[in-house]
Amino acid sequence: MELKKRKTDIAGFLSLGIVRLTFFFLVLILLLLLGKIFIEGINVISLEFLIDEPRNNMSEGGIGPAIFGTVAVTLLMVLFAVPLGVFSAIYLNEYATDTFFTRIIRTSINNLAGVPSIVFGLFGLGFFILFIGKGLDDVLQTGLLFGQPALLWASATLAVLVLPIVIVSTLEALNSVPKSHRDASYGLGATKWQTIKNVVLPQARPGILTGTILAISRGAGETAPILFLGAAFFLPNLPVADLCIGDYCIPMINPTEQFMYLAYHIFIMATQSANPTKTLPIQYGSTLVLIVLTFLLNITAIIFRYRFRKLLGRL
Amino acid sequence: MKEIKIVVKDLNLFYGDKQALKKITMDIPDKRVTAFIGPSGCGKSTFLRVINRMNDLIDHVKIDGEIYIDGVNIYDKSLDIVNLRKNVGMVFQKSNLFPKTVYENIVYGPRINGIKDKKVLDEIVERTLNQAAIWEEVKDRLNENALSLSGGQQQRLCIARALAVEPEIILMDEPASALDPLSTAKIEELIHDLKKQYTIVIVTHNMQQAARVSDQTAFFYLGELIEYDRTTTIFTNPSKKQTEDYVTGRFG
Repeated sequence: MELKKRKTDIAGFLSLGIVRLTFFFLVLILLLLLGKIFIEGINVISLEFLIDEPRNNMSEGGIGPAIFGTVAVTLLMVLFAVPLGVFSAIYLNEYATDTFFTRIIRTSINNLAGVPSIVFGLFGLGFFILFIGKGLDDVLQTGLLFGQPALLWASATLAVLVLPIVIVSTLEALNSVPKSHRDASYGLGATKWQTIKNVVLPQARPGILTGTILAISRGAGETAPILFLGAAFFLPNLPVADLCIGDYCIPMINPTEQFMYLAYHIFIMATQSANPTKTLPIQYGSTLVLIVLTFLLNITAIIFRYRFRKLLGRL
Repeated sequence: MKEIKIVVKDLNLFYGDKQALKKITMDIPDKRVTAFIGPSGCGKSTFLRVINRMNDLIDHVKIDGEIYIDGVNIYDKSLDIVNLRKNVGMVFQKSNLFPKTVYENIVYGPRINGIKDKKVLDEIVERTLNQAAIWEEVKDRLNENALSLSGGQQQRLCIARALAVEPEIILMDEPASALDPLSTAKIEELIHDLKKQYTIVIVTHNMQQAARVSDQTAFFYLGELIEYDRTTTIFTNPSKKQTEDYVTGRFG
């Protein structure tokens, strides 16, 4: 037997080099982006900046109302999108048979994810505000309460925008629950719904939360769809109203009011303010806050997901 | 022969156009072990799943013929399938425990049947784990994840879980095929104990196993029931040539 000496694998060497290079390039871009924002933004961050309202044509003061508005809209959005998305996914994965009709639904969901976000804004204006809002006002005789841009409709529209994300990740999660576990449940005399509730959904929870995390990131950063839906240029008062039960009152988010929104606020400061250069530090500060805020909202969901996974013994 | 528990009359089953079971007619006695043997794809597992209507979950399955359990036609339209499956428990080829604790796995069935009393549930857990001869091994691990148990323990836990809904019939689909010889021996011992109280139908690829655990054996081939007799007769003095060839290992 004659054993040969190893040849230099040029193609392998080259491709590894290219893959490594692109990887470092990507990390570099991310670091530059975050680094620049962090260095420029960290100086303006203070407790006052986080709490106060903007002053003097937005060149001074803080971004408190915008932070509040962003959190309020995002939370309401999750409240709308997650139940709706999860139940749609349950229907599609567990109940719907493979027919022409359900195939159209599946395709539509995927296409919905590709629609430009400004279109969702127009849809929200037309459907939620003018159709549903006005309709509610007519039926409930509330004058002009629902039929105008408001936090509620912005959340609802963003919920529609992120719905495909929630549905698709839930579908994947449901699909990954082994058939043998369903069989075990049916074999013990469980009904379909009992099986879904007790066996399938608990195992799908981490996947559902992944969808929620992605939805939060997407929703909190959107600007275009909420342009027509109640994002205010300058609104120092928080969209809050007291909810009273008897004598006991607690301040609650008032979904019929307009609101300030971080992403929109940054856009406004950069393009519409009297002196964009003067607001530049605040723009950086606001951007940093937006990134951290999204990160914090994500972390909450990630902690939940970690706990559910631990419960399932997958860690 | 003992009392008859399950009566099957002219049962045909189709997957789409393909006929998987052909004119099966047989009586399965109460509180005995009946083994189904035959080469892969002969329809024995399919037939097993007909008995608790697990085939209902698969699309395009068509069944005609009749199956009576204690005189009730289980394919009658008015029959409550969920109730049927409570009375006809099933143990699968591979352990399919839920990713929950040992305790939660056992009480799953009783809970969906509406038992909420913690004391009653505790009793069920202890009784069934004892019945499945695994109590001593897991009594200190009830709150651990069931998937951390060994393969053999998991399968016995599956049997305990099936017993928890108090079925009268237990269907076993190759329950020991993925286990080592020692664990297999334990499962076989368990089957021997359980037949005092339950009617057991077991599908197996392992002919020694069928010979060891069952009272009567049915040999299936290409969707047909070729021969059905006392296990000793099937293995020592079968009346059909095909059966003899199979049990002596000449084909299959």
